[in-house]
Amino acid sequence: MSRFLPAPWWSLFLLTFWLLLQNSVSFGAVLMGSILAVLIPLYTHRARDYPIKVHKPLVALQYGGILLVDIILSNFNIAAIILRPRKQIQPALIEYPLDISGAVPVTILASTISLTPGTITAELGKDGRSLLIHALNVADPEAAIQEIKQRYERRLQEIFQC
Amino acid sequence: MNELPQWAEWLISFFIILGACFAFIGSLGLLRLPDFMTRLHAPTKNTTLGVGGVILGSILFFSVTDALSLHELLIAIFLFLTAPISAHLLAKAGLHLELKRIESTRDLRKKPEQYSDRDD
Amino acid sequence: MLVFALQFAFALFGLSLLMNMVRLIRGPSLADRILTLDTIYINSLALLILLGIWHSTAFYFEAALLIAMLGFIGTVAAAKFLLRGDIIE
Repeated sequence: MSRFLPAPWWSLFLLTFWLLLQNSVSFGAVLMGSILAVLIPLYTHRARDYPIKVHKPLVALQYGGILLVDIILSNFNIAAIILRPRKQIQPALIEYPLDISGAVPVTILASTISLTPGTITAELGKDGRSLLIHALNVADPEAAIQEIKQRYERRLQEIFQC
Repeated sequence: MNELPQWAEWLISFFIILGACFAFIGSLGLLRLPDFMTRLHAPTKNTTLGVGGVILGSILFFSVTDALSLHELLIAIFLFLTAPISAHLLAKAGLHLELKRIESTRDLRKKPEQYSDRDD
Repeated sequence: MLVFALQFAFALFGLSLLMNMVRLIRGPSLADRILTLDTIYINSLALLILLGIWHSTAFYFEAALLIAMLGFIGTVAAAKFLLRGDIIE
């Protein structure tokens, strides 16, 4: 962007973060927050070598909403599994083929998988084209892969166009 | 604590008890589940929402009794950002150490060496 | 009602910490213990926030935030040690 605001959204985030930390919106807090929001990106933006562009902000918002609902559902799901007798669970290590590429989208997908029902991302394949997922209780691994693809990966593909 | 309106008191109590129940179930899972990889699921998910519930209660309490107070949200955001990362690192460590898994685990890796962390 | 809810939550979190203690002692592996420590710090920061509501003061907030940050860094460092520290060649 401009010379003094290399990453405007990031500066806005830093300002919000500072105001939340101060827990007040006084003149002094806004002034100090603005100074920090300009200085910190200027000092560190050379370290950010992962340019990303959000193509569909609305889909990103929708994605956030779906994620929040799924986190809550996932908690009930895990709670039910924990309270059940321990011999009945069927864990599995699943290979998940990636369709998307790029560091940021894959990181978001991996974190999403970790936060949603019964699955945790354990490892990224050496070629970067697949994820290793540990699922707590799945009857049909293929169906689980398809659900993640339909629900999350398709939307991420739409958001980042990658 | 008696200046709270009735609805706020019920709502705060609801969130606090919900959060406490989830955190309790998460810790119970940590104790009960049979092997490391399954144990990993319980605390990373349930304690995060447990703290989330308590934090919602706290935000409501301080916003109703005092001025609007949102700084507890920082803790919630921070936990939601970091929970998948620590879970991922611990899962990596568990795979690397080849910890024992229960027999019912199905290993569907076609090429296990793809996911090993050794430099060879 | 709020007093009862707070006492109930204190009891549940106390029980959670006790169960975490059992897992911390039983292990069996180092990774289990690190995972348990991770759970313990999350539970204790929730207890701190509840204590803040109980005394209706915001002073405990900073402590809770610090526990959240340092606990995360500690977990990552310990997991990294597990990954790199004992290489079985």
